[in-house]
Amino acid sequence: MMQHKNIIAAYSIMILLIIAVGVLQSWTIALTILNYCLISAVMTIGANIQWGYAGLINFGIMGYTALGGLAAVLVNVPPVKEAWKAGGSGMVVSLILIISGVYIIRTVLRKFENSKKRNYIVAAIIIIGFVIVRYISGPAIENIEAIDPAKTGFLGGLGLPIIFSWIVGGLFAAGIAFIVGKIALGLRADYLAIATLLIAEIIVSIIKHEDWLARGVKNVIGLKRPVPYEVDLQGSTWFIDLVEKFHSKKLDVITSLTERQDVLNQLVIDASSVYVKLCLAGLFLTVVIILLILTQKALYSPWGRKMRAIRDNEVAANAMGKNVVKEHLLIFILGSAIVGIAGAMMVTNDGLFTPGSYRPMRYTFVIWVMVIVGGTGNNFGAILGGFVVWFLWVEAAPIALFFINFFTAHLEETNAVKQHLIQSAAYFRFLLVGIGLLIIMRYRPKGLIPEKINIK
Amino acid sequence: MDFINAIVLLLNYTVIPALTYGSQLALGAIFVTLVYGILRFANFATGDMMSFGTMVAVLITFYFQSLGISFGFLPTALLTIPPAVLAMIFYMLFIDKFVFSYYRVKKSPPVQLAMVSVGVMFVTQAIIRIIIGPFDRRFFDGEKFILKANEFKEMTGLNEGLTIKSTQAITIFVTVLVVSIMFWFLNRTKTGTSMRAYSDNEDLALLSGIDPKKVVLITWIIAGILATIGGVLYGLDKSYRPFVYFNNMLPIFAAAIVGGIGNPFGAFLGGYVIAFAEILVTYAYKKFFAYLLPEFMEPDSLMQLLSTDYKFAVSFSILVIVLLFRPSGIFKGKTL
Amino acid sequence: MAFFEGSKMTAGYGDGPDIISSCTINVDKGEIVAILGPNGAGKSTAMKTMLGLLNLKSGSVLINGEDITNLSPQDRVKKGISFVPQSKNVFAELTVKENLEVGAFLRTDKLDKILNDIYDLFPILEEKQSQIVGELSGGQRQQVALGRALMIKPSVLMLDEPTAGVSPIVMDELFEHIIKVKKTNVAIIMVEQNAKQALSISDRGYVLVTGQNKFEGSGNELLNDPEVRRSFLGA
Repeated sequence: MMQHKNIIAAYSIMILLIIAVGVLQSWTIALTILNYCLISAVMTIGANIQWGYAGLINFGIMGYTALGGLAAVLVNVPPVKEAWKAGGSGMVVSLILIISGVYIIRTVLRKFENSKKRNYIVAAIIIIGFVIVRYISGPAIENIEAIDPAKTGFLGGLGLPIIFSWIVGGLFAAGIAFIVGKIALGLRADYLAIATLLIAEIIVSIIKHEDWLARGVKNVIGLKRPVPYEVDLQGSTWFIDLVEKFHSKKLDVITSLTERQDVLNQLVIDASSVYVKLCLAGLFLTVVIILLILTQKALYSPWGRKMRAIRDNEVAANAMGKNVVKEHLLIFILGSAIVGIAGAMMVTNDGLFTPGSYRPMRYTFVIWVMVIVGGTGNNFGAILGGFVVWFLWVEAAPIALFFINFFTAHLEETNAVKQHLIQSAAYFRFLLVGIGLLIIMRYRPKGLIPEKINIK
Repeated sequence: MDFINAIVLLLNYTVIPALTYGSQLALGAIFVTLVYGILRFANFATGDMMSFGTMVAVLITFYFQSLGISFGFLPTALLTIPPAVLAMIFYMLFIDKFVFSYYRVKKSPPVQLAMVSVGVMFVTQAIIRIIIGPFDRRFFDGEKFILKANEFKEMTGLNEGLTIKSTQAITIFVTVLVVSIMFWFLNRTKTGTSMRAYSDNEDLALLSGIDPKKVVLITWIIAGILATIGGVLYGLDKSYRPFVYFNNMLPIFAAAIVGGIGNPFGAFLGGYVIAFAEILVTYAYKKFFAYLLPEFMEPDSLMQLLSTDYKFAVSFSILVIVLLFRPSGIFKGKTL
Repeated sequence: MAFFEGSKMTAGYGDGPDIISSCTINVDKGEIVAILGPNGAGKSTAMKTMLGLLNLKSGSVLINGEDITNLSPQDRVKKGISFVPQSKNVFAELTVKENLEVGAFLRTDKLDKILNDIYDLFPILEEKQSQIVGELSGGQRQQVALGRALMIKPSVLMLDEPTAGVSPIVMDELFEHIIKVKKTNVAIIMVEQNAKQALSISDRGYVLVTGQNKFEGSGNELLNDPEVRRSFLGA
C-alpha cells in the first residue's frame, strides 16, 4: 500500500509542477513540456523493459528514435513522382540486389560452415556487391537529388496519415534491432552499451547523409499533423464561440466593442495553440496508457517472471533450460520497437524531421538518466523518470537564471562573472541532470519508485 | 616519376594525416583501456575528461598570449601542458574520491560504474560549457608548416607537393615520446609491474601486498597525462570544441576495443587501425590511379569507396566486425 | 606455544551463520600441517580466517606470540604469512619472472639472491622465466604460484588445495616441492582433498567436521586411526 501512495504522491507533485508552469509561465509552454514528457515516457518504457526486465543496456536509443522519425517522413510525405521517374528503378534494383546479396551470404555461411574459405567468399561477395550497387545506385541517387533540391530531392513517402508511422516506426526499429541484437547481444554489459551506441551512430549517419531517402541534413518540414491546425481553428466559428463562452466573465467586463474583439482575437490565438497541444497530448497519453497496460501485464505474466529470473541470475536460468539468448533478443526487439514508436511520435509532435539533431546526449544519455532516476524495473517509475528529468531538462535554465540572479544580486550588471554566468545559464541543465543522476545512484540506487517485486 | 608522384600523393593525403589522427586516438584509447583494465569500468566521460584538460590548456595559452609569452616557433600550448595535466589529474582524483571510489569499495558491478561515469560526463560537460562555452576555439600559434608543398615541389621537381604541418610532426613526436615512457614505466618498473598485476588478478595482487590505493592513484595520474596530451594535440591540429571532444569518445572506444580492451599496446595500435581505416576508405583515389594507369584507363568517378560523411561510420563498422569475429580484439585483451 | 596459531576461532561470511566455531589450528616452523575433512567442513574458511580474509567473531590469531587478530590480510603478509589460493593463483598475463617480482613486492632489497633461491627450488622456472604464465602447463603454473608466495621469504605458507585439478604425476611432483620448501624452515598449512596423500607428507593433521576440530594427530596416527579411515579415507 505504501508503494501506491508513493506513486500517487509523486505523480501528483509532477502534475502540480506542470500546472505551476502553466500559471507562472504560459499554458503553451506547460503543454509543450507535457507532450515531451509523454514522448519521453514512451522512450523510458522502451529502455526500461530492456534494462529493468532483462538487464540489457541499450545505448542505441538515439538510433531507434531516428528510425521512428524516418518512418514518419516515409509514411506521411506524398511521393515525389519526378524523383521516382528519375531514379526510382535504380534504387529498387539496388534494393533487390542488396536483399539477394544478404540472402546469398546467408546460404554461403550455412553451406560452408566449416570451411576456411568461408570468410574470403563472404568478403568477396560484399566487395563485389558493394561495387555493383554503387554503380547502379550512384547515377540514380544523383538524378533523384537533382529534382528540385530546394524542396524535394528525395523519393518522398507514401502520403498516408502520419499516425500510421507510429506503427511503421516501431516496425523499422524492430527490424534493425533484430540485426543489432544478432550482432551485439551476448557481449558483456558494458560492451553492449558501447556497441549499441556506435551502431546507433552508424544508423544516424546514414539517415543524415543519404539525401535521396529523407533529404538528410536538409530536413523535411511541413509534415501533416493528425490534429487540427491553429489557423483553421482560428477561422472556425464553433471554436471562437467556445473560447467566448469559456472566457465570458472576463469579456463581459469590457465595454468597448473593438477592444472586446481585440481581446477575443488574442484569446482565440492562444487557445488554438493550447487546443492543438491538448489534442496531441490526448493521443500521446493514449499510447502511454496502452503501453503501460501491456507492459504491466507482461511484467506479471509467467514470461515476465522468466525474464526477471534470467536478469537476476543468468547462469542459473541458463542451467534451468531457459533460452537466454532468444529471450534477450526478443526483449531487445520489443524495447527498441517502443523507442521507434516514440521517435515517430516526436516527429509528429514537431511536424518536422531534422536528422542533424539526433545526438547521443539528448537521445541516449538523457533517456537513460530518466530510466535510472525513475526506478529500473518499474514502469511507473520509468514514466515518472521521463517526466521529472524532462521537466528539469527544460526548466533548468530558468531555475539556474533565478539562482544566478539571486546569488549575484550584490554585483553590478556589468560584472564580467555575472554576465558570463547569465550567458551560460542554459548549460546548467547538464549540471543539474548529472548531479541528479549521481545523487540518485548513490543514495537511492533503485530510483525514485523502486521495483516492487523482489525475487530471492 | 608518375609512380613517385602517386606515392607522394598518398603520403600527403592519407599516411601523414592518418598517423597524426591515429596518434591522437591512440592516446585516448590507452586512457580508456587503462581505466578499464585497472579500475574496471567503461568510462563514458572519456571524451569530456580530455576536453577538460584541453580547456585548461587553452585558457592558459590565451593568458600566456595576453602576457606576450611564446614558445618561439613552437605553439605556446606546449608550454601549458604541465599545468593543464596537473589540473586534469586534480580533477580526476577529485571525481574519483567523491564518486568512483564509493562504488569501487562496494565492489559494484562494472555496469553501475559505467552508469556513474555517464553522470560524470554530464557534470564535466556542464563545467566546461559554463567556463569556456561551447564555441570553436583555435589556440595554435607559432610556425604553421615544417615543409610546404611548393618547397617540396621545387626541391624534388615532382608534380605532387608534400606538406608537413608542424602540428602533425609535434603530434607524432610527442605521442611516440609519451607512449614510450609509459610502456617503459608499465613494463620495466616495479610500480608498473604491480599495476599490470593488479589489472590481471586483483585478489592475488592484494595478497602480494600491492596497495590498491596507490595503484588507483597512479592510474589516474597516467590517465590525466594521456587525456590532456591527447586532447591538446587534437586541439592544436584541428581546433578545440567541446562537442567534438565528446564525439571523439566514440572512435576512441572503437580503437580500444579493436586493440583488445585492457591491453595498452593493443589500444595504441588500435588507434592507428581506426585512423587508417577511416582515411583510406573515404579517400578519393582518382588522382592516384590517374598517375599509375595509362591514359585510356583513367577513371571517371572519384574512386572513393565511401563519402567522407561516413568517416565515423567506418570506424564503428570495423568495431562491429571485430566484435563479430574476434570479440577479444585484434591484439587480444580481456575476454568478454 | 606453536609458532603460528589460530585458537578457538569462530567466523562466518558477513552476517551469515558461523562456518567454523571454536576451531583451533597451529603449526610450527619446519612442519607441514594438513587440514582435512568432508565438503563444507570449513577447511578453507579456517585457513582464510587465519589469513584475515574473514573477520573473527571470537578467538584469536597469533604469530610468534604476537596477536595479529585485528590486522588486515595485507598487514599479515608483511608479518611473513604467504597464501596460495586454490584458483587464480598466478598472474596469467605476466611473465614467470614478473610473477616472482610481484610476489616480492614488499621487499626493498635486491631480488637476485632470493630469485636464485627460488630457481634452485624450481629449476623449470628459471628456464621459462620470460614466458607468459598463461601459456604454461598446470603443474608449472602451480610452481609459479608457490614461487610467488615464497618470494617474501615467508615464515608461514598457506596452501589452499594445491593439487586440485592436477594429474597424479604432477601431484607427486608438487608434494616433493612442498617438502623441499618445508626443509627451508617454513611452517606450512595446507587444505587438501586428497587426504591420504596429504597425510603421507604431513607431520600433523586436523580433521574438521561442521567447523569444529574432530580429530587431530600426527600423519601416521590419523592414517591408522580406524574411525578416521572409515569416515574420511574411504577404507
